[in-house]
Amino acid sequence: MAENRFRVLPGFGLTMGFTLCYLSVLVLVPVGGLFLRTFSLSWADFWRLATTDRALAAYQLTFGASLAAAVINAVFGTLLAWVLVRYDFPGRRFIDALVDFPFALPTAVAGLTLANLFAENGWLGQFLVPLGIKGAFTPLGVVIALTFVGMPFVVRTLQPVLENLDRDVEEAAATLGAGRLRTFLSVIAPTLLPPVMTGFALAFARAIGEYGSIVFISGNLPMKTEIAPYLIVIRLEEYDYTGAMALAVVLLVISFALLAVINVLEQWANRFAK
Amino acid sequence: MSIELRNITKQFGGVSAVNDVSFTVADGQLVALLGPSGCGKTTVLRMISGLEAPTAGDIFVRGKRVNDVPVQKRNIGFVFQGYALFRSMSVVDNIAFGLKIKRWPKAERAARVAELIELLDLNNLEQRLPHQLSGGQRQRVALARALAPKPDVLLLDEPFAAVDAKIRQELREMLVSLHHELNVTTIFVTHDQEEAMEVSNRIVIFDKGRLAQIGTPREVYEEPASEFVARFVGVMNVLDCEVRDGVARFGELEFQAHGTADGQRLRIGFRPYAVQVSNDLTAHRHRAVLRHTYFLGVLLRLELELPSGLIIRARMSKEEYARLNLAEGREVSLQIRQYRVLSREGESLPPEVSVTHSLSLSPGEGI
Repeated sequence: MAENRFRVLPGFGLTMGFTLCYLSVLVLVPVGGLFLRTFSLSWADFWRLATTDRALAAYQLTFGASLAAAVINAVFGTLLAWVLVRYDFPGRRFIDALVDFPFALPTAVAGLTLANLFAENGWLGQFLVPLGIKGAFTPLGVVIALTFVGMPFVVRTLQPVLENLDRDVEEAAATLGAGRLRTFLSVIAPTLLPPVMTGFALAFARAIGEYGSIVFISGNLPMKTEIAPYLIVIRLEEYDYTGAMALAVVLLVISFALLAVINVLEQWANRFAK
Repeated sequence: MSIELRNITKQFGGVSAVNDVSFTVADGQLVALLGPSGCGKTTVLRMISGLEAPTAGDIFVRGKRVNDVPVQKRNIGFVFQGYALFRSMSVVDNIAFGLKIKRWPKAERAARVAELIELLDLNNLEQRLPHQLSGGQRQRVALARALAPKPDVLLLDEPFAAVDAKIRQELREMLVSLHHELNVTTIFVTHDQEEAMEVSNRIVIFDKGRLAQIGTPREVYEEPASEFVARFVGVMNVLDCEVRDGVARFGELEFQAHGTADGQRLRIGFRPYAVQVSNDLTAHRHRAVLRHTYFLGVLLRLELELPSGLIIRARMSKEEYARLNLAEGREVSLQIRQYRVLSREGESLPPEVSVTHSLSLSPGEGI
């Protein structure tokens, strides 16, 4: 920005300064504080606190369930976005509005509702539990809750891209003899991959951080259905701040690494963009 | 007959976009579908391709009815206005797409793609992605992709509308030479009458979903079937005249109108080239003042004002203009050497009545 080019709306200095301040106060300082606090621990202590059996089980559940939920959302969210954009049917606007519901609903309410629904005597549970599908107080319940909260991310990321898809390109494929499946796979899918990955990353990140809905549906059994954020809360309740910090740092580092990888993949998938 | 449309009608939600259109295109022709936007020409093209189905009427290709043949099976090449290239594929993959689907063996496929790269002058661009190409290059790739599977018919929808004037000219010439070389039946849609005149050997003109005229560029220019065609193809002076004593008059201008009853109204048209201008004020009957000269390149367009205030448009070469020593504000004399009765009392006329009247036109002057 060394060149002094004319701009209709000046103010790079002011807006950039504000952006840096804002990000520092909201993100950098808290995260930095977290790291500094953990640095007071020796490496051996940190490792011991961060890798207890209970903690490992919690990481596994958190990341495994988040991944599963994000994959489910990527597939069905894409389908939902496709239907909402491509077809006009009665009630389309209602369903479209419904997609935002998980954004607006307090997560605790969502958790409570889902737990009731899938409990042995719940509306769905009374049919599913005899079939061996236990939705409440199991890892499956965690996946269900995370799928619920992550759903809007994929749909809302994909919708504008689908709306801007050129029909011409599909027609061009058809005039060249391509059937529907071929057209979808070779022409549409490469365009949709980047936004699907963005939606996936957002849903995944949201799922890792989710707490409110899961504490109700999972039952929080140590080693079985206890998620990492919940374990952090337990450590805090035990006044074990350093233990909580150690867990938090692990969550932070893994999340950051995963998002970085997804970002790189996304750029690769987006290499055709104009 | 290569392609025949019989009484084709297309309605979108009860509104007719195309109304009872019939015409045929012979094998190997290069035909333009011409008309203002919204006249239904693109819809006709899309129905020939199979991207759109007619509401009524039949389409025949080589004598076979193709109404129910899906677009994938019609063996057509289609070029879109916005290129519609597959943006995740390189130039080579774009061109080879149709060949892959038709399961050409790999070696033949590579040979065909190389042939088209050569034909459309796309050398050294083989591995580029569409977003790394200019508009003209993209449209050439789109043409190559459409031609690769050796289609029976090549259809182009406003193919050159999205590129700038210079490239458009190059692409037009390329299309003509490609057609010359490959001799594939080609139909293209355009709203640009100059483009239609220059490129095609037959023009189909549409007006509000109906066929207005079909003919060679010369026919539609010199013998327009209606005032709409006359005005749409080139410039025409049109006068609304009243007939008295077998003569149609407008201000001081008079035109022979035998066989038309007194009191009837005729619409008379004449092209700018039919107005003969002289700096000798006694040479012709009418006087006029040269109000304005437009420089169009080799040709100039003149606006001449008659004493009654009527303004008519004339055309002449730069050399002629200089020879006559003309300038804006100068007085000239003029005569109209050729005119055409376009309609009578608002009704269009049968072809035998609506002929072009000429005054001793010497050969080579009907430019």
